Amino acid sequence: MSHSNVKYGILRYGCWARVNHWLIAISFVLLTLSGLALFYPAFFGLTALFGGPEPTRIVHPYIGVFMSLFFIIQAVRFFGDNLIRRHDVQWMKQIGDVLSNRDERLPPVGKNNAGQKLVYWIFLATVPVLLITGIVLWRPWIADGMPIWALRWAVLIHAIAAFVAIITLVIHVYSAIWVKGSVRAMTQGRVSHAWARHHHGLWYEDVVRNEKSDAQAASPTSEVQDHRR
Amino acid sequence: MVGDQINLQNIIARSATTTPSPQVRHGGVEKVTKLIDVSVCIGCKACQVACSEWNDLRDDVGTCDGTYNNPQDLTAESFEVMRFSEYEDEQGNLEWLIRKDNCMHCAEPGCLKACPSPGAIVQYANGIVDFNSEHCIGCGYCIAGCPFDIPRISKKDNKAYKCTLCSDRVFHGLEPACVKSCPTSAIMFGTKEDMLDYGAHRVQHLQGRGYENAGIYDPSGVGGTHVVYVLQHADKPEIYSGLPKDPHISPTVELWKGVTKPIMSVALGVSVLAGFFHYVMKGPKEEPEDDPDPELAAADRELDRRGEDRL
Repeated sequence: MSHSNVKYGILRYGCWARVNHWLIAISFVLLTLSGLALFYPAFFGLTALFGGPEPTRIVHPYIGVFMSLFFIIQAVRFFGDNLIRRHDVQWMKQIGDVLSNRDERLPPVGKNNAGQKLVYWIFLATVPVLLITGIVLWRPWIADGMPIWALRWAVLIHAIAAFVAIITLVIHVYSAIWVKGSVRAMTQGRVSHAWARHHHGLWYEDVVRNEKSDAQAASPTSEVQDHRR
Repeated sequence: MVGDQINLQNIIARSATTTPSPQVRHGGVEKVTKLIDVSVCIGCKACQVACSEWNDLRDDVGTCDGTYNNPQDLTAESFEVMRFSEYEDEQGNLEWLIRKDNCMHCAEPGCLKACPSPGAIVQYANGIVDFNSEHCIGCGYCIAGCPFDIPRISKKDNKAYKCTLCSDRVFHGLEPACVKSCPTSAIMFGTKEDMLDYGAHRVQHLQGRGYENAGIYDPSGVGGTHVVYVLQHADKPEIYSGLPKDPHISPTVELWKGVTKPIMSVALGVSVLAGFFHYVMKGPKEEPEDDPDPELAAADRELDRRGEDRL
């Protein structure tokens, strides 16, 4: 049986982009829960989710390295989609309209809007910082060879970067719940024509006018091409 | 010995605990202190042996690096080491300074502040700071917190260890093992008051012998310590194998474990609530309706429906 109807709707995230995203997402949530457990005493009870306090300490860095590997792949693939453009600045200036759902006043944007791009850049800034400071603190493998001043800076920077990343995660998750249709885009890959036109007008125009294939529509470079046109 | 009750109500501070420790007992427990008189120490290392003996520790036999330092550093199985330094003063006189290095049992312990595991580090009413290794998770944050570079993580069990001030002996009215073993009474033990009193006599004596800058090392930057030194050159503690002049909990650690974490924790909670109430107040961005042109809209819907049927 052929599933030719996968042609309908616009492919926003290809199969591997989705798998990659969810591997990162699951890891990130586990990192948040295990990290918060050791972040502040009020969250210490979260260690129960990981089999106890010491297993939490042990498992956290391994998840971190796992996530970082897939994050690198995703960061490279999504790079082209996330360059800030002039209409993004205008969109950001109208953040009040965005939050109040006055979407008709907003300028059309490319495959990602400025908020999504900001999430990309904040994660791109924080994940490497978390990885490096986390490796410095990694026991029993690395930390023993580190000078104490490095441990002190690493714990501080790791905590601050984690805070920024978790806040960003909260905003990212909420946005997905808020903007109906976006969870489906990341779980099943496709969005409706109306959704694409409404939320990502420039991307939609590009896909439709140039009769882009699935692979081209989901490609991270679609907006770049759009801009050159 | 005063200050020796074993009682969990005499735990006055506890790591990773934001609620108050037991408060109702008042003043019955006197603070204990170990005094190390560097000017009387002959470097025999009897205290090192006694420490290993009492605490049932058998550190690996190390190598000789050409000095008397052996082992060269503290380990998870060497709670104390003698540090030997050859100091030459301005007149070119050589002094052999021997310092017994171990946990200082700070009144404001950096290790306890840094520890993320509730109750893994405790401070007793008598002033002893103890690692409750059963609750230790092996993260090594105590190492970052300590101003004296004391705690060590064991390679055997990934838990942190340091001098306990022989809390088990002290609780039973005995002095620490190192004190018991010292042949020259360079190590003394008693209430903090008595030790400072005794130390003052020693300082006076040393000053009488020409050590003008003799003094007691009881650094106020960490609230005072429950291990104090009598130094011939209290103005230059760093010549005693790097004893810090003004130890305090690092500002980096203070910032990390200070107000920032409760504030960040609240901010995280607020961000989640903000999202929830935004949804309640403004509502979601629903799946957009189709083209105003009914024909185009119908075509779009047809396309979309067929797209949704996929699987």
